[in-house]
Amino acid sequence: MSKKVLIQATINGEEVEFLAEPRQSLLEVLREGLSLTGAKEGCNNGNCGACNVILDGALVNSCLVLAVEIQGRSLTTIEGIAGPQGLHPIQQKFLEHAALQCGYCTPGFIVAAKALFDQNPNPTEQEVRYWLAGNLCRCTGYDKIVRAVLDAAQAIGKIPVEEI
Amino acid sequence: MTANLRVEQTSAEEQKPAYRVIGTTPIRHDGTDKVTGRALYGADIRLPGMLYGAVLRSPHAHARIKSIDTSQAEALPGVRAVVTSADLPDLESKIAELGEGSINQRYQSCNILARDKVLYFGHPVAAVAAADPHLAEEALALIQVDYDVLPPVLDVNQAMQADAPILLEDLYTDELGKKSEHPSNIASHSQTRLGDIEKGFAEAAVIVEREFTTSMVHQGYIEPQNATALYNQDGQLTIWCSTQGAFGVRDQVASILQIPISKIRVVPMEIGGGFGGKIGIYLEPIAALLSRRSGHRPVKMSMKRSDVFAATGPTSGSTIRVKMGADQQGRITAAQAVLAYEAGAYPGSFVGAGMGVIFAPYRIEHVRTDGYDVVVNKPRTAAYRAPGGTNAAFACEVVIDELCEKLGIDPIEFRLLNGVRQGDRRADGVVYDRIGCLETLQAAREHPHYRAPLEGPFRGRGVASGYWGNYGGMSSASASINPDGTISLVEGSVDIGGTRTSLAMQLAEGLGVPAEAVRPVVADTDQVGYTEGTYGSRTTFATGLAVYELSQILKNKLVEHAARLWEVEPDQVNFAEGIFTCADKQMTLQDFAPQLPEPVVASAAVHATKWGASFATHIVDVEVDPETGKVTILRYTACQDVGKAVYPNYVEGQIQGGVAQGVGWGLNEEYLYDEKGRLVNASWLDYRMPVSLDLPMIDTVLVEVPNPGHPYGVRGVGEVPIVPPPAALANAIYRAVGVRMNVLPMSPGRIVAAIQSRAVHVPEKD
Amino acid sequence: MQAFDYIAVRSISELCSLLSGQNGQIKLLSGGTDLLVQLREGRVKARLVIDVKYISEMAEIAYDPKQGLYLGATVSCHRVCQDPHIQAHYPGLVDAVALIGGIQIQNRASVGGNVCNASPAADAIPALIVHEAVCQVVGSKGQRQVPIESFCTAPGKTVLEAGEFLLSIQLPPPRQNFGAHYLRFIPRNEMDIAVVGAGAGVTLDNARERFVSVCLALGAVAPIPLYVGEAGAFLAGKRVSGEAIAEAALIAQAAAQPIDDLRGSIEQRKYLSAVLARRALEKAVQRARGET
Repeated sequence: MSKKVLIQATINGEEVEFLAEPRQSLLEVLREGLSLTGAKEGCNNGNCGACNVILDGALVNSCLVLAVEIQGRSLTTIEGIAGPQGLHPIQQKFLEHAALQCGYCTPGFIVAAKALFDQNPNPTEQEVRYWLAGNLCRCTGYDKIVRAVLDAAQAIGKIPVEEI
Repeated sequence: MTANLRVEQTSAEEQKPAYRVIGTTPIRHDGTDKVTGRALYGADIRLPGMLYGAVLRSPHAHARIKSIDTSQAEALPGVRAVVTSADLPDLESKIAELGEGSINQRYQSCNILARDKVLYFGHPVAAVAAADPHLAEEALALIQVDYDVLPPVLDVNQAMQADAPILLEDLYTDELGKKSEHPSNIASHSQTRLGDIEKGFAEAAVIVEREFTTSMVHQGYIEPQNATALYNQDGQLTIWCSTQGAFGVRDQVASILQIPISKIRVVPMEIGGGFGGKIGIYLEPIAALLSRRSGHRPVKMSMKRSDVFAATGPTSGSTIRVKMGADQQGRITAAQAVLAYEAGAYPGSFVGAGMGVIFAPYRIEHVRTDGYDVVVNKPRTAAYRAPGGTNAAFACEVVIDELCEKLGIDPIEFRLLNGVRQGDRRADGVVYDRIGCLETLQAAREHPHYRAPLEGPFRGRGVASGYWGNYGGMSSASASINPDGTISLVEGSVDIGGTRTSLAMQLAEGLGVPAEAVRPVVADTDQVGYTEGTYGSRTTFATGLAVYELSQILKNKLVEHAARLWEVEPDQVNFAEGIFTCADKQMTLQDFAPQLPEPVVASAAVHATKWGASFATHIVDVEVDPETGKVTILRYTACQDVGKAVYPNYVEGQIQGGVAQGVGWGLNEEYLYDEKGRLVNASWLDYRMPVSLDLPMIDTVLVEVPNPGHPYGVRGVGEVPIVPPPAALANAIYRAVGVRMNVLPMSPGRIVAAIQSRAVHVPEKD
Repeated sequence: MQAFDYIAVRSISELCSLLSGQNGQIKLLSGGTDLLVQLREGRVKARLVIDVKYISEMAEIAYDPKQGLYLGATVSCHRVCQDPHIQAHYPGLVDAVALIGGIQIQNRASVGGNVCNASPAADAIPALIVHEAVCQVVGSKGQRQVPIESFCTAPGKTVLEAGEFLLSIQLPPPRQNFGAHYLRFIPRNEMDIAVVGAGAGVTLDNARERFVSVCLALGAVAPIPLYVGEAGAFLAGKRVSGEAIAEAALIAQAAAQPIDDLRGSIEQRKYLSAVLARRALEKAVQRARGET
């Protein structure tokens, strides 16, 4: 076991400190060290997106980031998507559209959708499908997920920016 | 484009009921937890003093274990326990029922931790518990196993040869009821017959005979198997796991560890997909042993994705030969099939179900099916959504398509002509009750998709039908009225896709209250009565029956209390839509609940037998790139008899999900083994499941032919959607590029090879 | 994963001195999308992982119409695809880089990392070959230039010697009447490794009727990404025509030496080499003619 390193970062707007061995992935530390179990392990090699987080504004697979790499950086996880007012429109639309069945891939998709809207607030169906191609779902066939994301884009477009 | 339709098919005699809750789409009760990441799945659990377990697996597909030396692993600082099969009791051969499928319990024990032989790449050999998962991995590398490597058997046909290496020295063929003389890899040969097929074929104007091969595929749930066990000093064992059935886990653990059920509590966590693959257990007994050995500490285990592929329960690859004959008018006169399914390392494939499904949508007077259950050096197969059905339907529906072409009959008209109806009897003895086979075919025929023009080169449209029997079985539930008029519902059916809400909705309907007034909870094995797992498309139906009973019991008790309050006879009190009335008196359940003189509770248990079977007809348009063999799905419509859609957008979701799995099965998913029997594509990079870019929107038509065996007409919906897609795709590909594929998956390389090896002729457009 | 130490360095000199002081089992970390998987699976060992993402010279993109493109080795695929200069002047490179995984991978994986990982199926390399890219290698002995087609020597192996690293990749300024395209064949629509990849870069005459020079490269059909000089030599000077392109495609097919593996058979790959080479050339010609 190599020595643990002290890491300081911002997670969901809060300053956190944690210890991590260099070989521990960000996913592992989030789940086992920080009790942020919303990000899931599906494959641990970047092929399913269940572990998605947003690192300094970029959507990444937390299984392919070392925990020690986030020193001084800023992270958003699924736990940080809902605001103080309540569920984020993306989350609300997922519920309304039944865009989840077992729900295991859902945090990854919601984080991915959030990252999509940060870059492209009005995507087409093809653009949504392309963006979500790195997230696997086995229950839904993607139909309702894509509908929920498109509907969320509409809904967000109507809300004043300050309120999200 | 039409998206999702609902078509009610109640007959004139059946009342068209007006439901208040059934058929609506409330937000699911666990929804907020699931979209915020708060819901706790098996691997999310953390307990004080918890250790992490890891499994050492065989690098060989077939070998004898000569010795295992765990001493170095045990000496590694931070390692608290190491176990092998020596720590499991030696079990006698005895069949244990899993619900979907069954297994010889001694074989199951050997599957958990190999005893004298390893029978597949990835077969567990030993396990460790350590302070962190990385240490556990390091400890595995220190375990020395000495193997005597044996030649692997990787193919059904090879395994059936007389001179094939034998996997299990104590396995004899059950040859139509008689035991074979010598050990064999053929675990069983069974047969069903109806009429006289020689006669039937003699009456045929056209006969088609084809052979098909399908590959082993995996359910592909995104969440790997997991189990956490705490084996306490007092002998009480608690297991937290993601499973399709907590009681099934309890039974299997009791059997494998030879401890009484009364010592075991299984707490089902949320589950990230199952599809049949999380009924049988893999980790639970290992975690229990490690917990006990480590000084009674909780031990958490979660499988690596590569281990999920290599060593859980994929479904059978198969070889199927089908011969069908029809007369000039298109009536099927005879049908014959020989099916050989890979069981994997131990017997028990779903070849029997395949035999039942293969001609199920058609009334045929002369039928014969032969089925072979064959062991090979691959992981022991498990149920995968309508287990055995997709393989069988692929073979049958492609042959039917060819018959239609030869006879010049439209594929749906042909199926309508031959379609089964109530009272028809199948070769395996099933007699159909009220079913929707013809109705789904009609819905497909009437659908705009079927009549839409499909223009452009290398484009084609395919049709296929499918059947699944579904299941009933045992469920328990209990409920109580809360002082605020809400109702707590406790049930034992694990919620994989929204059933806690579809059950809450049935309770709500029975009491005339909104779905939100019911608080459903999925309980553990100590908190609710025996309940079979969430499989077999049984939950909304069978647990729903128990829930319906609860509603009636509660209603009666509440009415009695109201009658007492109003000092009248119970039959003078009316309770409807959540309101009690008697003459000019009235109160809501919310008004009354805080005044109840005692707790009002109910419990119910059912053994449901009158489940309804499902039929489906799918239409798919494809475009094929003839130079690369790449298939693009342009449009997909799935028509299915759903009985009564309690929670319609979740019923749509079940259909869409099953279609997507069937598409993967049909186009790209397969297990690839090298000549040494090692699985080479044990990751999602090379085990190619559909991604969002690979599919269009999937349209569904919910045809509602109510099941008379349920008060709301509920019929299982979850499994049949996976049955038709590979065949529908094959038929579409034929019309697109003129090649009839007979191998799954129909991957691009295979399609190009098929195109190149024949004279290409694009058939006349229908 | 075996245990390793981690350090983030901030300058080339810091990196060089670290590399010269260590005796083996060092891995440089850029995006990590290949390295972490390989470490986890035990295919690669490391006692020290050096994070080089903070070295500014390795994180830069710079374009100059006379000098061409300077691409730091740690620049992510996403940044490459979003860069307006690269979009405008090197769309053939964007074709390839945009295919390296889904968005999550794109945000982390780097072109330099794709090159150093030296997979025979690497998407970036054929595209870089047809752009005549040159790798800038830095080590204890100083700097040296390596043409991209010589950078990989075997599957997973490069010309980098102990203590050396890839600093940047340079692409010459785009010529007049030049067009390039990269495409690959995969069984799904995303998330697969190329079964075959093909890149083509063509320079036409001013009338845009004749090939002046052509560069064709194939991926996943040889131990290293394959520069098919013969195909380019064949087309040089010829009129642009379907027949010429088809024949060049067959030359490419003949040059391909694929293996059978879980992603494709020899037969399938040979066949696809011609199909994709043809399609890459056709699209490169369209780009050179300003048609797309």
